[in-house]
Amino acid sequence: MVKTDTKGIWKVISASSMGTLIEWYDFYIFGSLAVVISTKFFPSDNPTAAFLSTLATFAAGFVVRPFGALFFGRLGDLIGRKYTFMATLLLMGGATFLIGCIPGYETIGFLAPLLVLILRLLQGLALGGEYGGAATYVAEHAPVHQRGYWTSWIQTTATAGLFVSLMVILITRSLLSEEAFDTWGWRVPFWISIIMVYVSYLIRKKMSESPEFAKAKAEGNTSKNPLKESFGHKYNLKFVLLALFGATMGQGVVWYTGQFYAMNFMKTVMNVESSQVDTLLGIALLLGTPFFVFFGWLSDKIGRKKIMMAGMLLAVLLYRPIYKTMYETVNVSNKTIIKTESYADLNAAKNISLATFYYDYEDGTRATKIVSTDLNKQNIAPETKSTSITVSPQNKWWLIFLVWIQVLFVTMVYGPIAAFLVELFPTRIRYTSMSLPYHVGNGIFGGLLPAISTYLVTNAKEKGNPEFYLEGLWYPIIVASLSLIIGLVYLDHKKRN
Amino acid sequence: MNLLKRLLGVLWLLLSVAAAYFCIMDFGLPKLNSGKQDDLVFGIIILFILTPLIVSGLAIFGYFALNGEYDKNKM
Repeated sequence: MVKTDTKGIWKVISASSMGTLIEWYDFYIFGSLAVVISTKFFPSDNPTAAFLSTLATFAAGFVVRPFGALFFGRLGDLIGRKYTFMATLLLMGGATFLIGCIPGYETIGFLAPLLVLILRLLQGLALGGEYGGAATYVAEHAPVHQRGYWTSWIQTTATAGLFVSLMVILITRSLLSEEAFDTWGWRVPFWISIIMVYVSYLIRKKMSESPEFAKAKAEGNTSKNPLKESFGHKYNLKFVLLALFGATMGQGVVWYTGQFYAMNFMKTVMNVESSQVDTLLGIALLLGTPFFVFFGWLSDKIGRKKIMMAGMLLAVLLYRPIYKTMYETVNVSNKTIIKTESYADLNAAKNISLATFYYDYEDGTRATKIVSTDLNKQNIAPETKSTSITVSPQNKWWLIFLVWIQVLFVTMVYGPIAAFLVELFPTRIRYTSMSLPYHVGNGIFGGLLPAISTYLVTNAKEKGNPEFYLEGLWYPIIVASLSLIIGLVYLDHKKRN
Repeated sequence: MNLLKRLLGVLWLLLSVAAAYFCIMDFGLPKLNSGKQDDLVFGIIILFILTPLIVSGLAIFGYFALNGEYDKNKM
């Protein structure tokens, strides 16, 4: 076994985590600003269609991640972890910065969405290479019996990246007027990335290669063809498949449900005001993040499998009750109105009347509804343009608790996963072998979750299903159940390296 | 446990066929044929990325399980 300097491991953790956090930040600001981006780059008169367009691009960003895993994973097993994850960092930073520089559709036409799509794909490729490198790099520095604990710091970066992205957006919004943010302010979070990436690059540059890889290289034990060894040999391929179907697939959907579906659900199904959702989610993430480290540490004591499977089981059993409670907590049709105000505005040029209604409910909830009436047309019912609900302080904390529980499930499945994957594969092909199942599970099964679940909800709504809002949960429930069964039956506790 | 692992291998093989049917008929083709641009992207991703991965991955996994590759002595 390679001797590791435990004192220096914090330096390794800091350098790796900071870069990975920034990559997640870069990746998430696109998703967090999806609604704004859709109006700037995707031409459509229908906001839902524009939003779905962005989700599709979001999914495209996820779908290419496995290809990044293959490309950079191979490179990492051939030339080393350090240089590979420095390359992914620069690629990600450059792509993010450039997204913030692209002129809108109104200025350069279809070139705008095309460039956004290309840069989004580059982001996906970079992220595909980053995670496996960081997790492998930290695990190969850590003492074997503490891998769960040390790699769990890397696991916090995904949630912390989302948290930072939400905070940067919130701060930018609060510093600018709504009009300024909509015109140019949304670009600021993209531009900030380049500074963070540069700092992280300087830190990573000073780090040395992982001791296990350096030893393997010195002894001539590195792989000549990591792709062939990883996926062309039956013995290793069966573990790649087991890692995917028995762990990362379920982990991916639990993760994306807890963080992204919860956010989409509150914004688009429950109609909670966007910045309030960001705050709620931010608090839940902040309170939940330490549990990544706790469950990583616990996995060193009682094993990775038990914790990950328990997380999936709880998610499968509790998602529907949790989402039903969330929906009912904010559902204004169950509440009593105590005060109503309304203001009307007439667009004389278009002869359209816009009325804004404010409803105050007995529990402190406030709803704002904007209704438009086309005065050119006779016998046309007024159309509701938007509904926005501001949750009462009491219900706000209840919602935070319900999201926090979901984040807790995320920490259970995600906290130990890096150590679990690292221990499944040998040093010579570790980067390649662990990256692919991780990114297929998270990028494809998890990344497609918002699009598939939105589709299921819309479908159920069109068919008049009274519980349409819960239908989107079938996708994570079925996928996590399948992964749970496979994990319980096929996974063992052996370390294979 | 080895017997259970092998028997479940049949289930994974059948599930891969069911997943192929569901992904193509319920998700992929209706989306491709809807005529909407957004649906087209979604349909392409489902049909050409998600479906082959689930179907081939589950089928190979089931085949390995059925042939005892995940038996205790081979792990």
